[in-house]
Amino acid sequence: MLALIYTGMGLPPVVAGLFVYVLFSRAGPFGSLGWLFSMRAMIVAQTMLATPLIAGITMGSITSVDPDLRPQMHALGATPWQAVSTIALEARFGILLSVIAGFGAIISEVGAVMLVGGNIEGRTRVLTTAIVLETRRGHFALALALGVILLGLSFVTNSIIMLGQGRGRWRP
Amino acid sequence: MSETVYEVRDVQQTYGGRTVLRIPHLEVRQGEVLSVLGPSGAGKSTLLRLLALLEAPARGQVRFHTGARWVTHDTAAVDDRRQITMVFQRPVLLSRSVQANVRYGLRVRGERDAHARVEAVLRRVSLDRLAQAHVRTLSGGEAQRVALARALVLEPRVLLLDEPTANLDPANVGLIETLIREQHAQSGTTIVLVTHSIFQARRLATRVALLIDGELVEVAPAPRFFDAPQDARTEAFLSGEFVF
Ligand SMILES: Nc1ncnc2c1ncn2[C@@H]1O[C@H](COP(=O)(O)OP(=O)(O)OP(=O)(O)O)[C@@H](O)[C@H]1O
Ligand SMILES: [Mg+2]
Repeated sequence: MLALIYTGMGLPPVVAGLFVYVLFSRAGPFGSLGWLFSMRAMIVAQTMLATPLIAGITMGSITSVDPDLRPQMHALGATPWQAVSTIALEARFGILLSVIAGFGAIISEVGAVMLVGGNIEGRTRVLTTAIVLETRRGHFALALALGVILLGLSFVTNSIIMLGQGRGRWRP
Repeated sequence: MSETVYEVRDVQQTYGGRTVLRIPHLEVRQGEVLSVLGPSGAGKSTLLRLLALLEAPARGQVRFHTGARWVTHDTAAVDDRRQITMVFQRPVLLSRSVQANVRYGLRVRGERDAHARVEAVLRRVSLDRLAQAHVRTLSGGEAQRVALARALVLEPRVLLLDEPTANLDPANVGLIETLIREQHAQSGTTIVLVTHSIFQARRLATRVALLIDGELVEVAPAPRFFDAPQDARTEAFLSGEFVF
């Protein structure tokens, strides 16, 4: 399980894309769903990329909480659930980081979405694949502008996550 | 004779196939300060974890009387366990403010008037000025007092203390001993105090138990334990000749 998660964390996006492509291609096991070159296949690929990152970093931060904390919380009267949520709260920065890392990975991803989405205008074209396309066409200004928008989006989203965390008051 | 709070019978505790504690019989009585003395590795912390009902013994029974009935690790309800509070040998505080740490036990109990109680106990342990401070910034003695405060604020019926003054300077040792003495005198709290220090046991205990290599060597009222020990090993331990 652990090995699986760690492999998943380093999974090259193109490989994930290829895997999803094979799964949903005509001859593949899920071919009859007709998801290839649609948002759905892109979501599947992105989930495959983000889940191991989030799981891995979250696990790392939970295991870095002092193992002696839990019995001490029990000794102070915490129920098993209360003790577990206290540990999660102690690991809050790591868990937050995992969400940011997962988000960062998928928002900046090109290979997999290109492969399984097909970069179809108005349907499966996203900022990153649009940037690739416009650069190839020589529209550097447009590509740059899109890049700035992508950066801005990422910045705004991360800021919102951080702010939300700061306000999140603790209720056991 | 006063009421029995704990009854330990034929207890053995085993870790990884190694038996580290063997206690045929031990009682803890309501309102006493039982001091558990013994060299390092004797099983003192193990005994406290058993009394806290945090773990079940490999053999035998640790029974706790809730005031209404006898319970064990397996049968105690949350409210039964909440009569007991323990301060660990190496306290782990939450990475939050002093106040948040002291409030923890009240919060998990859903107590409403937490604020006043937290303030009162912080004054008692002379940490009222540091209420908002993050525990990261505390000295060793201050952190130890937070660990004691978060237990005292719960006004437990039983207080288990695992070397609460280890590695502290004399001023902090004095402060903490005074708090323990006050708690006992004012609330009649039953206290089991694990300590390395013969002198601390002399100052605080009403009864003393000596644990060596997982075995109870001697259990006696404090005056008799110190002035007329029955076991040769107790004598050796008291005279500091005990070879660890
Ligand atoms: N969770 C555990 N797993 C394995 N061995 C353990 C565990 N807890 C305690 N032991 C062993 O049990 C023995 C008794 O340990 P315990 O912590 O109860 O001693 P102690 O009297 O509190 O010692 P000290 O004065 O150094 O704190 C030791 O040999 C220790 O290595
Ligand atoms: Mg110990």
